[in-house]
Amino acid sequence: MLRIENLHATVADKPILNGVSLHVPAGEVHAIMGPNGSGKSTLAYVLAGRPGYDVSEGAATFDGRDLLAMEPHERAAAGLFLGFQYPVEIPGISYLQFLRESLNSQRRSRGEPELSGGDFIKLAREQAKLLEMDAEMLKRPVNVGFSGGEKKRAEMVQMGILNPRFAVLDETDSGLDIDALRIVGEGINRIMRGPGKGVLLITHYERLLEHVRPDRVHVLQAGKITRSGDIELARELENTGYAEAAA
Amino acid sequence: MTAPFPTHKQEEWRYADLEALQPVWEQFAEPVTLVVGAGEDLEEVWLPVADDVQLRRVRLALGEGAQARIFALNTAPVYGRIELEVSLAEEAEFELFGANIGGGLSTNEIVTNVKHVGVGGRSRQAIRSVLNGKAVGSYLGKVEVARGAQQTDAEQSVKAMLLDRGATANCKPELEIFADDVKCAHGATVGELDAMQLFYAESRGLDPMSARALLLEGFVMGLWDSAKDGDAIRTAAREALRKVV
Repeated sequence: MLRIENLHATVADKPILNGVSLHVPAGEVHAIMGPNGSGKSTLAYVLAGRPGYDVSEGAATFDGRDLLAMEPHERAAAGLFLGFQYPVEIPGISYLQFLRESLNSQRRSRGEPELSGGDFIKLAREQAKLLEMDAEMLKRPVNVGFSGGEKKRAEMVQMGILNPRFAVLDETDSGLDIDALRIVGEGINRIMRGPGKGVLLITHYERLLEHVRPDRVHVLQAGKITRSGDIELARELENTGYAEAAA
Repeated sequence: MTAPFPTHKQEEWRYADLEALQPVWEQFAEPVTLVVGAGEDLEEVWLPVADDVQLRRVRLALGEGAQARIFALNTAPVYGRIELEVSLAEEAEFELFGANIGGGLSTNEIVTNVKHVGVGGRSRQAIRSVLNGKAVGSYLGKVEVARGAQQTDAEQSVKAMLLDRGATANCKPELEIFADDVKCAHGATVGELDAMQLFYAESRGLDPMSARALLLEGFVMGLWDSAKDGDAIRTAAREALRKVV
């Protein structure tokens, strides 16, 4: 489903990714762990197409299509979703308007009919409820005045509404308390576990993985995958840390 | 009696399009006076009209403890000017939420003179400009705090977004304070759209044009949040933005 081959990327001319290769087949959840500054967020941004994150070598394909040749909104319409580590505030625009326009823009480019106002609000309320978020919050400007944990939960509500085929989740677990972590973990399973779907879950901690249970765990260090394994690898890292894992 | 025609030498007419104003000056020259009595409350929404040149000159007198909120959209195709002279008696409260939205060769300006006369008056002015092409958008705001008008609280927040290198934003807050226990704040920024906000919107599926339009809408629409009857100005502002972006 997502295939990354020998990916090199620079940010402001500084090399960050130094040959990442990774294959996430449909139906699987892969976790990426790694120390600070190892390139995890850069990988997420490169996959979503953030300007300024330049690919110098290598390839990434999504269902056989050249992902790197697509604009960010085209990647979204193709079914890719990025859960931001730091969700962005947009004053003056309500969550409802933001998501309705986003969803309908995706649907238009896929040749699907747009969702009416009523149907959209029903969908949004449903998804907010499943993630135990007060639906009234969706009337507020995007992420303005939200706590760190509320922003992360709202990212998952967005994911539920947009219903992507593949999600790259960048430290969605940071800033969440234990209950919120469980709710978000269940949300990921509910929205993204399925035969035609896939997830790349970027995290520092093993705790979220106990809820989501990845099929594979990879360690990213200095811009390269240095180890891969199953959830046992994540547990091992939790005990030993990254320094020892590299040895 | 008609007031004399202004010149660019007068500070408050410095950025005006006098050539466009000349032919229609006679119809506009006299300001309209609004009086809000003690303890009373006024809310006004000023929508643009269809004319190429639009001039609105208002004198607003607020009595003791009176309140006034003005919501104004300035988006004339050639020249638009909103001119407001306000006087505040004791404990009066004045708020202005205004937008200049312009494209092409248009000039739109908001010119205010807020006079705090009584003790404990509060004034707040928030101006947002969105300018494309070779448009000019200006805010000239004078705040006067009279001798003895202690505990005055005056605030001016002015932000402009330039969508083209040919567009111009002018901002000139001016303070004249003759009291020593007052709070007068002003801030001004001229900028472009935030790259991270654009990327966030695009990553959700909005094409670059729609993302830009949405962010500009957010930039302006926050002005009307406290309007009791803001539907008309919201619709008009959205239409104006669509024309300009």
